[in-house]
Amino acid sequence: MTDLGYLLVGWGVSLGVIGLYSLSLVRRGRTLASRVPADRRRWMTTESDPK
Amino acid sequence: MTKLMTDDTIIDRQRGTGSRTTFWLGVVGLVGAIALVFLGFFVAPPDDFQKDAVRMIFIHVPMAILTYVAFSLTAIGSVAWLWKRSIWWDTVAHGAAEVGVMFSGLTLFTGSIWGRITWGTYWDWGDVRLVTTLILFLIMVGYLAVRSFDGDEAVNATRAAVIGLIGAANMPVVNRSVTWWSSRRTLHQKSSLVNGKIEGLTLFTLMFALVVFSIIMLWMLIHRFRISWLERQVSEGDLSEALTARRAEARAGMDRETEENK
Amino acid sequence: MLTDARLVAAKDLRIELRSRVTVSQVVPFAGLVLVLFGFALDANRPTLDLATSGLFWVTVLFVAIMAVQRSTAVETTDGARRALLLAGVEPGAVFIGKAVAVAVQLLTVEVVLVGGIVVFYGASIEEPFLLASTCLVATIGIAATGTLLGALVAGVRARETVLPILMLPVLAPVLLGATRAFDDALGSVAVNGWSWLAMLTGFTAINIALGVLAYGVLLEET
Repeated sequence: MTDLGYLLVGWGVSLGVIGLYSLSLVRRGRTLASRVPADRRRWMTTESDPK
Repeated sequence: MTKLMTDDTIIDRQRGTGSRTTFWLGVVGLVGAIALVFLGFFVAPPDDFQKDAVRMIFIHVPMAILTYVAFSLTAIGSVAWLWKRSIWWDTVAHGAAEVGVMFSGLTLFTGSIWGRITWGTYWDWGDVRLVTTLILFLIMVGYLAVRSFDGDEAVNATRAAVIGLIGAANMPVVNRSVTWWSSRRTLHQKSSLVNGKIEGLTLFTLMFALVVFSIIMLWMLIHRFRISWLERQVSEGDLSEALTARRAEARAGMDRETEENK
Repeated sequence: MLTDARLVAAKDLRIELRSRVTVSQVVPFAGLVLVLFGFALDANRPTLDLATSGLFWVTVLFVAIMAVQRSTAVETTDGARRALLLAGVEPGAVFIGKAVAVAVQLLTVEVVLVGGIVVFYGASIEEPFLLASTCLVATIGIAATGTLLGALVAGVRARETVLPILMLPVLAPVLLGATRAFDDALGSVAVNGWSWLAMLTGFTAINIALGVLAYGVLLEET
């Protein structure tokens, strides 16, 4: 495979940045969610939640 | 037993900003990304001229397209905020700007690496799309900077929306000016999708990549939206808590006074 | 509306004139930047010839940042903006007035700078009319965009650093266009300066329209 180094850096950094950003989103969400009462996180109400 | 397991997973994936929809979106996005690495590196054939360097296309082109999708969302959201004071759209605009800045950064990064391989240079000042994207990237970095000002959130939303508007309104001018400025020295290939030079497995992989990254972007936007929503809840919650505390204090003070008056 | 705009412009210019900052500080600053570029590139005269128009407009952008900062500061101190709003002046008129005041200051500086590039950089003016119209159109565009962004960062603690971050990318097309038009007017590069002037006109028109529309919202909210 030609230019493997460049390809690995390009793909690696891109997927890495996307992955890290996704992780940071999930973590930010969890930290914040712990400070908000469950009944105000409206997307969390599913069928399994006892009303 | 099975029942318990599913309940557990539901609770687990609902700890933060996740929901059933985003959970499956995330799963599809993750599996898709892994499949994309496989397709991009082992299934898609090397190009006749570019050899394996062509594999950069599977990241670079979807990133570029989604950058413009994201910034269009920001522009629409900015207008909706200024016009209708729509908090929903303002939140979308903010999230799309954040995702868009990341994607445009990656577009520029993968583009310059690809340029290094095929043109022999990381950066080409004569290139329209490169320079246009750079200017847009810088304007949107300014947008995010404005968002992080301390002070009233609604005021910052207005400030940011005006920047989003300036950015969007000036895009044609930026594009025109760079086109003329660099008319004789561009290295960028003509959009290879349009003139049909890409076909077969390469085309399939490119389309696959576009779909995968779109799903990932959607996942990010939903999560980002919910984070903003939670942030608003937290600040409102803090405010109402503080108000309750103050009121309780005042009431206690009044009680004491009446006591003393007796 | 035009009367209001003229009043605001006259007020800003009067303040500038009385404080003598433009004459005693901004013009010397611009000249200094020009001389410093000369030091940096003079060993290579052909390079300087090619770079003259670019250096001219980069200097103008620096000066524009200073001018906009001062123009915004005038309104933020002593609640002057509240007073303007209470006086019933139309926000669009305030915007046009302030932009005109900034443009007048910038044009003053540009006259000195044109003298500067002729004397220090040995530039020859081949097409005076193109040169003058480029200055006029580009400067109005810069002033309008700057005034809008100035109102945007008003009331922010870090506005001195934020303003350039916001202004420079937005003004990048002006730098491209005005530089090319100047290349033609100075005869240093063979391009069609008039089509660039058309591009600059488009930029200026777009940003004036945006300013008239958005300035009021910013004035009331920030």
